[in-house]
Amino acid sequence: MAEKLIARGLNAYFGSNHAVRDINVTINANRVTAIIGPSGCGKSTLIRCFNRMHEVVPGARVEGQVLLDGEDIYAPGVDPVDIRRRIGMVFQRPTPFPTMSIADNVAAGLKLNGVALSRSERNRIVEHSLRQAALWDEVKDHLDRPGTSLSGGQQQRLCVARALAVKPEVLLMDEPCSALDPISTARIEELLLELKENYTIVIVTHNMQQAARCSDFTAFMYAGSLIEFGETKQIFTNPTRRETEDYITGRFG
Amino acid sequence: MDNTIASTMRRKYARRLFLRKLKSDLMVGLTLLATVIALVPLFLVLGYLLSKGASSVNWDFFTKLPVPVGQAGGGMANAIVGTFELVGLASLIGVPIGIGAGIYVAEHHGRGLAQAVRFAADIMMGIPSIVIGIFVYAVVVQPVGGFSTMAGAVALAIIMIPLVTRTTEEMILLVPPELREAALALGVPDWRTTLSVVVRTATSGIATGIILAIARITGETAPLLFTAFGNRFWSTSLTQPIASLTVQVYTYAISPFASWQRQAWAGALVLTTIVLALEIGVRWVTQGSARAAR
Repeated sequence: MAEKLIARGLNAYFGSNHAVRDINVTINANRVTAIIGPSGCGKSTLIRCFNRMHEVVPGARVEGQVLLDGEDIYAPGVDPVDIRRRIGMVFQRPTPFPTMSIADNVAAGLKLNGVALSRSERNRIVEHSLRQAALWDEVKDHLDRPGTSLSGGQQQRLCVARALAVKPEVLLMDEPCSALDPISTARIEELLLELKENYTIVIVTHNMQQAARCSDFTAFMYAGSLIEFGETKQIFTNPTRRETEDYITGRFG
Repeated sequence: MDNTIASTMRRKYARRLFLRKLKSDLMVGLTLLATVIALVPLFLVLGYLLSKGASSVNWDFFTKLPVPVGQAGGGMANAIVGTFELVGLASLIGVPIGIGAGIYVAEHHGRGLAQAVRFAADIMMGIPSIVIGIFVYAVVVQPVGGFSTMAGAVALAIIMIPLVTRTTEEMILLVPPELREAALALGVPDWRTTLSVVVRTATSGIATGIILAIARITGETAPLLFTAFGNRFWSTSLTQPIASLTVQVYTYAISPFASWQRQAWAGALVLTTIVLALEIGVRWVTQGSARAAR
């Protein structure tokens, strides 16, 4: 099993607030890794460190290393823009660009990065990405409608398609289902299982059943620290740490 | 026993409810009255302009130059063209600067220089426009040695810049920060994210602000008295004094001649119509886009 992302001694701060503390974790390629933990434990901050989105927030900074295929993405001279093209992200709330049509939303990453595409090439990428995101059949007849005209669940899959269109290697998902109804959630979960054939996926979730259902590995975080990491089965059936057991059995959190 | 208590309570509350409703109706009535009083001047102005000015608005008014006192006819063609030229030129100067400054202030929201620019814009909006006229007289008209279209446009642009800056800033701040993050996470560079996603999303709001700023400067008189001055003759030259509707209305209205006063009414009517058309146009466009967004 290849190691795709490795965090070494990773610390993240918002000003003087130490949000992520000394994380060491390895994310395996073509697997789904879930990060669970109570609100405010630093899950989102951690995955935002994986594609250098943490530093976008004013006053935020990162210490330590994140190795992508063995190379430190925080090394001097590395352009965060390049890293974000290789490591895509889907956010908690769907964020289609309101000024763009469905098709333009999918192609946005390429177009805004100045990639020149022929019409047929563009159409092919739009269709392929929408198929990957399991949205094609629902939108193929009105690709020129605004992206915001879709339902919440469709919008979220549109955002997945948009992230996939730039052909990332890793897909980070920050509670992608928290604003969705159960049916849309199920679609996204099915999607994860399909996507992991080609992508490495890290998903932050509040929903422990979701982590148990669709992840191969699970990381449990508490108060900024990584408490336990292991195969999902082991974490949920036989956790080694007391805190993990308390959390997954619902004794706190 | 219980029954008596219940019925006493019921009567008591019925009385209170009646009083509350009475108070509510009274207050609603008062606010309605205030609304009507606020609207009366608007309709009086429009009605008065129509009754006084409509009879003098004719084809000649739009196509002919002013004629000397005593001669019949004539129009304000030069002033109408002059107003459009002044406002157009002022927009060419003011809109890009205003948008640029607005983007800067929004992108560096709350930080040192941005805060200072924002504060300066607020102060500039409060400066009486005649002061801006005098200022431009001192720094443009005097050194150049004469009144000119250019000086008038500069004065109007100075009035316009803070308006455009503040609307641009406010419209950009209304764009959800999630959209910016979404674009950045796609590997879109910062500058491109700002232009193609954030500013693009705010465009209709910014356009509204620009049109309202244009409407505002179209009606300015004081700053033009010291800068564009006015002109009885046909001129579109940038370096010569130029006529404008507002200054022409002012000159004609304070004149002792009945024929000029009639023309002043007509000019006021045309000016008001232009400004009103701009504002209604904005309503129409923004409502249209709001409908499309839904």
